[in-house]
Amino acid sequence: MPFEALDFYRIEDELSSEERIIRDTVRDFVEKEFLPCVVDHIRQDGSFPMELVPKMAQLGLFGASLEGYGCAGMNAVAYGLVMQELERGDSGLRSFASVQGGLVMFPIHAYGSEEQKQRWLPAMARGEVIGCFGLTEPDFGSNPEGMRTKAVRRGEGWVLNGTKRWITNGSIADVALIWAQTDDGIQGFLVEAGAPGFEARDMKGKFSLRASITSELYLHDTPVPDGQRLPAVTGLKGPLSCLNQARYGIAWGAVGAALACFDEALRYSRERVVFERPLGSFQLPQQKLAWMATEITKAQLLALRLGRLKDEGKLHHAMVSMAKMNNVDVALQIARLARDMLGANGIVDDYCAMRHMMNLETVRTYEGTHDIHTLILGRELTGFNALF
Amino acid sequence: MKKILVCLKQVPHKDARLDVRSDGSWIQDDNIKFEINDYDTYALEEALRLKDQGEAEVVVATVGPERAAQALRTALGMGADRAIHIWDDALAETDGLGIAKALAAAAKDENFDIIFTGLMSDDANCAVTGPMLAELLGIPHITAVVKTEFKNGDVEVERELEGGALEVASLPQPCLLAVQTGINEVRYASLKGIMQAKKKPLDKKDLGELGLDAAAVAPKLTVEKIFVPPKGAGAEIIEGPADEVASKLVGKIKELGLF
Repeated sequence: MPFEALDFYRIEDELSSEERIIRDTVRDFVEKEFLPCVVDHIRQDGSFPMELVPKMAQLGLFGASLEGYGCAGMNAVAYGLVMQELERGDSGLRSFASVQGGLVMFPIHAYGSEEQKQRWLPAMARGEVIGCFGLTEPDFGSNPEGMRTKAVRRGEGWVLNGTKRWITNGSIADVALIWAQTDDGIQGFLVEAGAPGFEARDMKGKFSLRASITSELYLHDTPVPDGQRLPAVTGLKGPLSCLNQARYGIAWGAVGAALACFDEALRYSRERVVFERPLGSFQLPQQKLAWMATEITKAQLLALRLGRLKDEGKLHHAMVSMAKMNNVDVALQIARLARDMLGANGIVDDYCAMRHMMNLETVRTYEGTHDIHTLILGRELTGFNALF
Repeated sequence: MKKILVCLKQVPHKDARLDVRSDGSWIQDDNIKFEINDYDTYALEEALRLKDQGEAEVVVATVGPERAAQALRTALGMGADRAIHIWDDALAETDGLGIAKALAAAAKDENFDIIFTGLMSDDANCAVTGPMLAELLGIPHITAVVKTEFKNGDVEVERELEGGALEVASLPQPCLLAVQTGINEVRYASLKGIMQAKKKPLDKKDLGELGLDAAAVAPKLTVEKIFVPPKGAGAEIIEGPADEVASKLVGKIKELGLF
C-alpha cells in the first residue's frame, strides 16, 4: 500500500533539494528493504534485521551528521529527515541508527583521541563495527549521576565493575561505550566485546521495540587500557551531550511514526464501510483525523525550526526537550487513535499503528522521560529546579 | 576513457495520486511528487557498473522543467559525474521526436561511446525517445535489453522477446541501448554522494544553446485528450462458488496471455 506523508503546510517548500533527495532515498530504502521484513522480526522477541546493516552503511546512515572519517557530514535538518524516515519504518530501526551514530560515534568524534577516531569511526560508518551506549543502570535511570559502575586505576590502565541495563544493541555490539565513576568524575570507556569479565545478556519479554535488541551488560573486574578512555570529557556533560544529539533525532523520528499511523488511519477511513458509508464520512473519525493532522503539522514545524536552529548554532538543550517531549507525546496519542479507528484490525500486525504505539511507549520513556523533559522546561522557564 | 550518456526522465511518483486535468490535456501535476522513471534507474545503474569496472565518465541528461533538476541531482548522488539539463518553454508541448532532437543536439559533439535509456517512460509509455535519438545520431540501437556484455569494442546484449524468449545480439560502439527493468539491482544514492553532488557540474541548456528553435521541436503528434475509462465498462463479473470463480479467473488470465 503506497505511503503518503502528510504535508499540510507545504513544509516541502522549506527544504533544500539535497534535503528532499536524502529524505526520499531513505524513504525508498525503508519501503523496499525494511518494511517487508519488520513483522518477521517483531514476531520474534528482540531481533533486528542484521542483513540490512551493510546496506544501511552503504547509504551512509551511520554517523551521517559527523564530518570526516567516512561520514556524510550532512546538516541537522537532513539528519532529522533521515531519523523521521527510519522511525516511519519502526522505532527499532531509528534506534539502531541513533545509538550507532548519536550515542557512540558522536562522543568518539567529540571527545575521542585522534587514534580512537581513526580506529573506530570509519569502521562504524561502514557498519563493520557496531556500538552500544552504556549509561543507564538497573537502579539509575533519570538520575545517572548516581551510577554505581566504577572505574579504578590499575597500573597503566583501568578496571571496571558494574551493571548497565536497557542497552540497545548490547549483545551484538563490538564496542560498548561505558560511562563509569572515577575519582575525577564520570568518564567514558570503550570496552570491546570479549574483554575479560565483560558479558552482555539479552532482555526478553518486551511488548515494545521488539525489532530491536535490548541487553544488560555486566562488567566484573574488566581491564580497559587508558588508551580506550575518552580523554576530552569528564562529568555528566559527556553522556548528556550524547543524549541531546539522540533526542534531537527522536523529535524528528516521532514525526515519522505519527505520519505512518495517520496515513494508515486515513486510508482505512476512506475504504472501510460501516453502516453502508465510509468510516471517514462520520463526524467522530473526522474529528480524530483533523486533530492528528493538526498535531502532526505542529510537530513537523517544531522539528524543522529546531533543525534550522541547530544548523545556525542557536540550539538550547531545553528547546530539544520541548520538541522531544511534545513530538513523542502527540505521536503516541496519534498511534493510539489510529489503532482505535482501525477497530479490531488495529490489533493485528498487518497494520502498523499498534506496533508504533507500543514502540512509542518506550520512546516516551527513554532518552529523558516525558516527565523529566517537562521539568527541564519548567526549570528553564521559572528558574526553579523541581527535578530533585 | 569510455564516455557514457544516460538519458532519464522525471515522472510522477508511483505513489502519487493522479487526477486528469479538467481540460483533459494531461494529468494534474502541480503539487505531486516526482521521481526518476523506473526504467531509467536501471539504465543508470548499468552505466554506473561500467564506471565501477574501470575508467568511464557517466553523463546524465534530461529534458524537463525546473523540477527535473532533482532527478539529475539524485543521479549525481548515485555516482554520475555530470549532468545536462535541457529546458525551454517551447519544449513544454513537444513530443517524443522533439525530445529526441533536443537530446541529440546535446549529445552530438560529445562523442559518447554508449548511450543508455530506459525502454519507455512510466507516464507516457511511448518507448520512442531512445530509438529516435539513435537514428538522429546515426548510431545503431537495440531495445528491451536485459543483459549487457562489453568486449573488444562491441556490445553483446540479450533482449527480451514475447513469451519469455530471449534474443542475443551484437552491436558495434557507439550505440544506444534501451534497457528493460530488472536487468540489475539499482543502488541507492549514498547520503555522502548526495552531499557531494552539489559540487558536480549541472549544465542548463535552452534550445538556442543547442542550435535549435521552437519550430524544430514543434510537435508532430497532438494529444486530443486523456481520460479514465468509465467504471464497469467492458468488465466481466464472474459469479459462483469461490473455487469455480478462482479457476475461471485463472483460465481468463491465461487466455488473455497476462501471465
